[in-house]
Amino acid sequence: MDQVTEAAKGFPGVRCVANYKYICSDPGQAIIRERIEAEKLEGVVVASCSPHMHLKTFRAAAEAAGLNPYLVEMANIREQCSWVHHDKEKATAKAIELIRLSVAKVLRNRPLDAIRVPLTKRVLIVGGGVAGIQAALDVANAGFAVVLVERDPSIGGKMAGLSETFPTLDCSQCILTPRMVEVGQHPNITLHTYSEVEAVDGFVGNFEVTVRKKARFVDMDKCTGCGDCWTKCPSKKTPSEFDYGLANRTAIYVPFPQAVPARPVIDKDACIKLTKDKCGVCQKLCQPDAINFDDQDQLVTEEVGAVIVATGYQLYSIGQDQDEAFLSGYGEYGYGRYKDVINGLQFERIVSASGPTNGEIQRPSDAAEPKTVVFLSCVGSRDNAKGLSYCSKICCMYTAKHAMLYKHKVHDGEAHVFYMDIRAGGKNYEEFVRRAIEQDGAIYHRGRVSKITQENGKLIVRGADTLAGKPVTVEADLVVLASAIRPAAGVLELARKLKLGYDAFGFLSESHPKLRPVETNTAGVFVCGACQAPKDIPEAVAQASAAASKVLIMFSQSELTRDPEVANVNELTCAACYACLRSCPYGAIEEAEIRDRKGNLIKHTARVNPGLCMGCGTCVAVCPSKSVDLEGFSEQQIYEMVKNLV
Amino acid sequence: MSETNGFEPKIVAYVCNWCTYLGADLAGTNRLEYPPNVRIIRLPCTGRIDFNLVIKAFEMGADAVLVSGCHPGDCHYTAGNYHARRRWILFRELLDTLGIDMNRIHFAWISAAEGKKFQETITEITEKTRALGPYEAYRQLCEASS
Repeated sequence: MDQVTEAAKGFPGVRCVANYKYICSDPGQAIIRERIEAEKLEGVVVASCSPHMHLKTFRAAAEAAGLNPYLVEMANIREQCSWVHHDKEKATAKAIELIRLSVAKVLRNRPLDAIRVPLTKRVLIVGGGVAGIQAALDVANAGFAVVLVERDPSIGGKMAGLSETFPTLDCSQCILTPRMVEVGQHPNITLHTYSEVEAVDGFVGNFEVTVRKKARFVDMDKCTGCGDCWTKCPSKKTPSEFDYGLANRTAIYVPFPQAVPARPVIDKDACIKLTKDKCGVCQKLCQPDAINFDDQDQLVTEEVGAVIVATGYQLYSIGQDQDEAFLSGYGEYGYGRYKDVINGLQFERIVSASGPTNGEIQRPSDAAEPKTVVFLSCVGSRDNAKGLSYCSKICCMYTAKHAMLYKHKVHDGEAHVFYMDIRAGGKNYEEFVRRAIEQDGAIYHRGRVSKITQENGKLIVRGADTLAGKPVTVEADLVVLASAIRPAAGVLELARKLKLGYDAFGFLSESHPKLRPVETNTAGVFVCGACQAPKDIPEAVAQASAAASKVLIMFSQSELTRDPEVANVNELTCAACYACLRSCPYGAIEEAEIRDRKGNLIKHTARVNPGLCMGCGTCVAVCPSKSVDLEGFSEQQIYEMVKNLV
Repeated sequence: MSETNGFEPKIVAYVCNWCTYLGADLAGTNRLEYPPNVRIIRLPCTGRIDFNLVIKAFEMGADAVLVSGCHPGDCHYTAGNYHARRRWILFRELLDTLGIDMNRIHFAWISAAEGKKFQETITEITEKTRALGPYEAYRQLCEASS
């Protein structure tokens, strides 16, 4: 070390050199502070460990002594020198070189101030399913304003349509609807149902979101929700979205009796008045005069500081029609052709006490009670041949639940389950599946089903039992397919508006799979629930609370501060080619105009939004006129190092 | 190597802050020894690495240059390494045409978990460059043109 210390004294620009064994410790930092003050230093190089270990420590120490923290650099002479080179002489020579490089750099450092960004303490939550509801209540109960946007006429999401939930078999509506009411009545929550996010502008702390409120044709302020309109509506033939087509609804409707808001909406494609200019019964009957057939979509602007995306999932369409080229569907299972082949969400409605059959197990074709039901798991999931390689995670559990609920209602019925593996990881989950098999007598076949055909009113399910090594054929009355979970329709458009990443299947990308599970790569935007990956209710709720807590951490500050090591444009030399704008992964560069005092255009230029820039420096490398530079890693700093290399 | 008269190659490594720099730190934490011929220059991202920096290093006396960052898909900044890769594909042709010895420019993906790979890469480059000898040809070219 003495040799290194001596050598460092001779470097150009070096005022003093101090040597201490544990420079990161309190006495070590005291030496730095003391020297800065005594020698009036304009830069500090700490030659010790990796900057990932202690750069922040030393920058804070410098700041405490009144030196701008960005005038501190480190030379990594431990991890990248003494620990990896055993030849002491050569290692010492290298350490000297490394320090020389850092000194050369620090001479070109500039004092930088943390970027301060104002913060609107209001959060937008996209999606009013259980995740969105949880996040909304958490943020609202902490005292901050929430804007909740839901595409459907009511909040509640998929969970509102479920019968009972695993592994406790408590009624889904009984646990969810009180929370829905709480959202509807909460003074801190602005609810936009039947609405979609049209556009997003701005950046962390300062988003401007345009919400399209779709024409409802019902004045929400006047309507009392009495129900005179929907009970008398003559257009009754539209398949109910809430019952997944197992029942019909009227043209003016509330999706389900417990809807929040409990106000109807007119389906403009089904309404006789709006399509043929006849009828108008609802308008005549409406006492408070709430029906407005001239209603138009409205655009509302909401200013928010953070966004939580909770758009949830949809099921893999198992019929022939697919929205993505890489999906092929399961034509061989006859979904869509055979009325008694249904998906898991439809079965939820059949067993639900609030469903179209009031909870009686009846098959769709003839309302008969099915005596043999076959449940197929992994329909679409874990099947590369059909396009999806991932496990949908919840199907093993809900299939066991379905078999169980069926057996509870049809004691003499047979429940067959075809499965690939049973994945029951979770608190009380494995026990639940064992109960379905051992207590309720569900018959599990390990194997897949190749084909379903219809003969004499029976569905012939041909599959294999790979444990017995035999083909299995079951004559079923009803077949329930546990279809794979896919991200909700339209999520990719939303992802583009928010500049979020997504995987090959459209699930939104979190910032780090382990340590930043609800953050995204767009600062101020968070994800929770099944839009990020397939997950069950407890996980979605936990993630929603996590996203809410991240928002609350943000909102606990009076303004946002950001690392100033970001790019900036020399607007005098910028030729406005916008190569930087196209290369920026964060959309942090915008086209700008320079005008004189009279407003005449002088020139176009690129401009960096320091609120969005993450400091990667990609723009610096692509700029043909060298007009962009990156603070902390500027051209001058780096070239100065290179010049001192050899 | 005795036949090279004790020639010690000078190697410059431009690495990204989040993957390769941490990979080099990990090599240190695990005490994985490699030749001391490399000088690491830390940049936020391989996307920041302008190929002028590569040329400048040769001009200043480097005998080989390594550019290394996160594996494709792992970039801390989403896509910076893709820019670097695209740039590398383009410049490789150009530099080759200009007569620069392509055996002296190396490109690698080394993650924060690959301390071992960092050690191996540096060792391999050092030995290769040692065999190639000093990059006098480029320096002569510089002198001739100045």
